[in-house]
Amino acid sequence: MDGNDGGSRSPGERAASRAPGVFLERVSFGFPGNPVFRDLDFTVPGGQWTCLIGPSGSGKSTLLRLISGSLREGFSGAIHFGGHRSHTGLTAWMAQKDLLLPWLTVTENVCLGARLRGRSTLETRTKALALLADVGLGEYARALPGALSGGMRQRAALLRTLMEERPVILMDEPFSALDALTRLKLQDLAARLVRGSTVLMVTHDPLEALRLGHRIHVMTGRPACIGEPLVPPGSPPRKAADPEVFALQAELLERLEGGTDR
Amino acid sequence: MKLLRLGCIVAGLVLLWQGIVLATGAPAYILPGPLRVARALLSHWESLLHHAGTTLVELVGGLLLGTVLGAWSALAMIASRPLKSWLLPVLVVSQAIPVFALAPLLVLWMGYGMASKIAMAVLIIFFPVTAAFYDGLRSTDPEWLELARVMNARPMAVLWHIRIPAALPAFASGMRVATAVAPIGAVVGEWVGSSSGLGFYMLHANARMQIDVMFAALAVLAAMALTLYFLVDWAMVRIVFWQADTTAREKEVES
Repeated sequence: MDGNDGGSRSPGERAASRAPGVFLERVSFGFPGNPVFRDLDFTVPGGQWTCLIGPSGSGKSTLLRLISGSLREGFSGAIHFGGHRSHTGLTAWMAQKDLLLPWLTVTENVCLGARLRGRSTLETRTKALALLADVGLGEYARALPGALSGGMRQRAALLRTLMEERPVILMDEPFSALDALTRLKLQDLAARLVRGSTVLMVTHDPLEALRLGHRIHVMTGRPACIGEPLVPPGSPPRKAADPEVFALQAELLERLEGGTDR
Repeated sequence: MKLLRLGCIVAGLVLLWQGIVLATGAPAYILPGPLRVARALLSHWESLLHHAGTTLVELVGGLLLGTVLGAWSALAMIASRPLKSWLLPVLVVSQAIPVFALAPLLVLWMGYGMASKIAMAVLIIFFPVTAAFYDGLRSTDPEWLELARVMNARPMAVLWHIRIPAALPAFASGMRVATAVAPIGAVVGEWVGSSSGLGFYMLHANARMQIDVMFAALAVLAAMALTLYFLVDWAMVRIVFWQADTTAREKEVES
């Protein structure tokens, strides 16, 4: 099956006009004596790619879980998405691990969401096949994930995230387990495919943040604070060799360091 | 390759056996040599076959029933927390009482026929299957479950598409253990009270000092147990087909 039917255009583009932002108001979360967030205010603008960078253990992943709704208890404050109060049906999640199910074929994995909701249709399958062909995994559609390399697996995981057609995509270090070259390629692919969606990506890698983010926030301290955004010029994906990216990388590292000293 | 190795092991054991017979000069009514047993095997094959049939039915019946019951109780314990807290102690208690001690009771209650032997096999098989499958179901990768939650998955779909397949490798190892111990249940049941089966036939031969026939029955039992084990193992490898796949291919493909 060839891929020019709907699927090859980024699903994000269709969601572009309606991709809501994410608004956190006075969010507190933590364990007794160990607050992770206290009265945190944070806004992720709709339709843009926002990167959150910070040292390990600063609560970045926890923030994603709060937004995705997988952590539902023990926090106070409000999280809303433009007009929507509930995260249901709005968020998709992509993790560092590809989380492909080894007993399902690549196509079945890409269609996992529909399958788990009991809404698997021929259209989802057709769309998945088109997307797979688009990212160069066409010949692996029927393969098991075990036959794929790390980069291919993460590409499939990206497609699974896109198949959800959710306006808000949450990514937790999605490319950090890959080698440098594969990572660059996958970043470009992701930037193309999710264009127009609201993306919040957590990362350790300043270069990655600078290549992909419309805005970059540094998150440090405990309880965590999120700093003023750094807005690199131009639109993502920026080239890794761009001198401006280099210059900003130094600044970003400085901000990170400043945060940990405090 | 596997068969060849098995053949070598069997041949080695037979040689060792013959060696012991020669070295100790044991009389045939204590330890008959392999040749004598082979002769007994040939001369008694009709009754051996008959009794082996009985034991085989008990074994297969026990395995099927024990597996089904074990799998269901593991699923039930996963599905309902209160049920788990009641069922788990019962399971442990059932294992604390040796099946050997229960055998006379089971024969008393269920008669000399097959039912009591199948019940014995089920009792022995049930626990490893339940324990392994329950463990597997309980230890699903939490990130898979988190992914499913963000996808607004239906709980039954998560169970069916994620938790059960993820628990199948554990279930398979439970099945292997269960198959290996199942003959104990059946044979002990036959010893305690029956009129048919290899266990019964062994006692019968023993009482008549036909030690070679007893050994022949033992050999048939061993062959049967091994065949059953390899069949189950073969089936399990196919059920968890992705496992061999990931380990063998992961290193091979890197592009």
